Amino acid sequence: MIKIEKRNDVSRSIYFLTPVLAIFLTLFGGGIIFYILGFNPIEALKFFFITPISDLYGLSELLVKATPLCLIAIGLSFCFKSNNWNIGAEGQLIFGGIVGGGVALLFYSHDGFYVLPIIILSGAIGGMLFAMIPAILKTYFNTNEILVSLMLVYVAKLLLDYLVVGPWSNPEGFNFPETRQFSESARMPILFDGLRIHAGIFITLITVFFSWLILYKTYLGFQIKVSGLSLKTAKYAGYKGKTMIIIVFMISGACAGLAGVGEITGPIGQLHRNISPDYGFTAIIVAFLGRLNPVGIIFASLIVALTYLGAETAQIFLQVPKYTGQVFQGMILFFLLGSDYLLFFKIKFLGLKKNEL
Amino acid sequence: MSFDLNFIGILIGAIMASSVPLILAASGELITERSGVLNLGVEGMMIIGAISGFALMVVTDNLFLAVIGSMLSGLIISLIFGLLTQSLLTNHVATGLALTIFGIGMSAMIGKNFVGIPGKEFPLLFLNLKESIPFLGPIFFGHSIILYFAFVLPFLTNYFLKKTKTGLIIRAVGDSPTSASNQGINVTLVRYSCILYGGAMCGLAGAYLSLIYTPQWIENMTGGRGWIALALVVFATWSPIKVLIGALIFGGITILQLHMQAVGLRIPVQLLSALPYIMTIIVLVVISRDSRKIKLNTPTSLGQIFYKEK
Repeated sequence: MIKIEKRNDVSRSIYFLTPVLAIFLTLFGGGIIFYILGFNPIEALKFFFITPISDLYGLSELLVKATPLCLIAIGLSFCFKSNNWNIGAEGQLIFGGIVGGGVALLFYSHDGFYVLPIIILSGAIGGMLFAMIPAILKTYFNTNEILVSLMLVYVAKLLLDYLVVGPWSNPEGFNFPETRQFSESARMPILFDGLRIHAGIFITLITVFFSWLILYKTYLGFQIKVSGLSLKTAKYAGYKGKTMIIIVFMISGACAGLAGVGEITGPIGQLHRNISPDYGFTAIIVAFLGRLNPVGIIFASLIVALTYLGAETAQIFLQVPKYTGQVFQGMILFFLLGSDYLLFFKIKFLGLKKNEL
Repeated sequence: MSFDLNFIGILIGAIMASSVPLILAASGELITERSGVLNLGVEGMMIIGAISGFALMVVTDNLFLAVIGSMLSGLIISLIFGLLTQSLLTNHVATGLALTIFGIGMSAMIGKNFVGIPGKEFPLLFLNLKESIPFLGPIFFGHSIILYFAFVLPFLTNYFLKKTKTGLIIRAVGDSPTSASNQGINVTLVRYSCILYGGAMCGLAGAYLSLIYTPQWIENMTGGRGWIALALVVFATWSPIKVLIGALIFGGITILQLHMQAVGLRIPVQLLSALPYIMTIIVLVVISRDSRKIKLNTPTSLGQIFYKEK
């Protein structure tokens, strides 16, 4: 007999162990999918999760992909902790990229140490302003932030498309939908010769540190957490709900904008139609897998970045579409949410208990 | 003059056709939400319906099987959402997002071998009447059976929710699961059924796209229609008839911007393509401004987890 019982308090160790369980279940589920597709599941999983990071270049690529994911997810954790569903980080990333890219083109003929910081800052401001649209509509017009932030993703994508095809397209580019390559002083410094890992990783790490500081050591962080746990309590305590909603959206938008500007000044070096392989959406999974905790998010971003690399390797070696990565990402979130059940409920095997007696 | 009138008729017919996937998906989601469940996986369920319908059409060469199969696959994938939110008590918003991400990935994986295959002609009804009656002909005739079904569905849904016992039970579960449960209603079972129904309707909406509206498989071919359908439910303040009106407005914007593109106005194509999304935001703002009205109509327990101590 199995009996299910409600737990009185949430166990901290289980809280951080269930994500690990979710990852193992995802590997298992992925193995089954590969088997159905007619591959040897062990071989396929090896191509997916081990081959991509078995050399230095692969490890650098892992960090290149984890850099934006971690950054966006950190920003999202502010929103999610306070029960604000910003799911349009992809749009904020693109808009940040557009603003940063515009500034980069503006400073095309400039040469100096000040160029890159200005670009990065304007990208962050761009993302921040774009995220304020759903925030202001939510606070002053009671509009659902999920739908507004998502609709804005499509708007940002189309705006980028318009710019790179039209006014910003490279004058010497034979009508390709892309801008000029940015000048050297507008590019993120590369950390090691021959690898793509760039200085953006420091922006991510600094952001992680300050997020931890804000979330756990300041009054604002306390307010955010209380509002997430109980809106009634937050109101009773007299917190200014509207200001807080706008602030968390601003933080989250700025992070996404930074990620966008990091991509275009880092690995990409110009603006074109696809500056992000859905990092903004995938970061939602990273945020949850990392339990909305800054350190957890670092680990989660590495694991989820691996699904991107794995999908690319699997595409080459197994000829499966690159979207396999998305299937894995969806599965991770399914299993993670499902295994949360263990947080709140105990599963007791009554048969064993009797023997003990 | 009669030519112009006929052209307007054709235009209205096109608007009706483009609103069909929105009506189907939003009507399904409306039932789900009325039972208190917020399923944000509409886009994912639609795209799964689109690829399953198209793949079955190619493999079996049978359109009937393709349509039924798309509904079944929408239902199966919504079962994942049901298992998680109802049995494992997971957060509705996060689970719905996972469903969308998973659905888009899965559809691209299945669809890999179906890219570039031409679709099959879907039978259209009363084609001779469409040609012979000016203006009214292209509005009322020459459509697929699914379009007629879609235009009857909101009225059926309205009747079902307001006049039948089952409809009343669904609303009771959505507004007050605890008292419904105390009355002996199996809240979990009702919610499961509503989730599965919503899934089947989203699957059908997807199949309409891949079998009739643009008969082929293109990755990501739903293009945000699932999200617009979700917005429509809010826009309609959970009333099926208003879903129909809203879907026609959005169908109108879609067709209008396509025509403006074709005419070659000096407005950038991308701005025109962005119109449906921008309009969705504007409409949501206008509707939601009156927070009392929204509160009055929202199913009280929408998105909340129901757990009965056993």
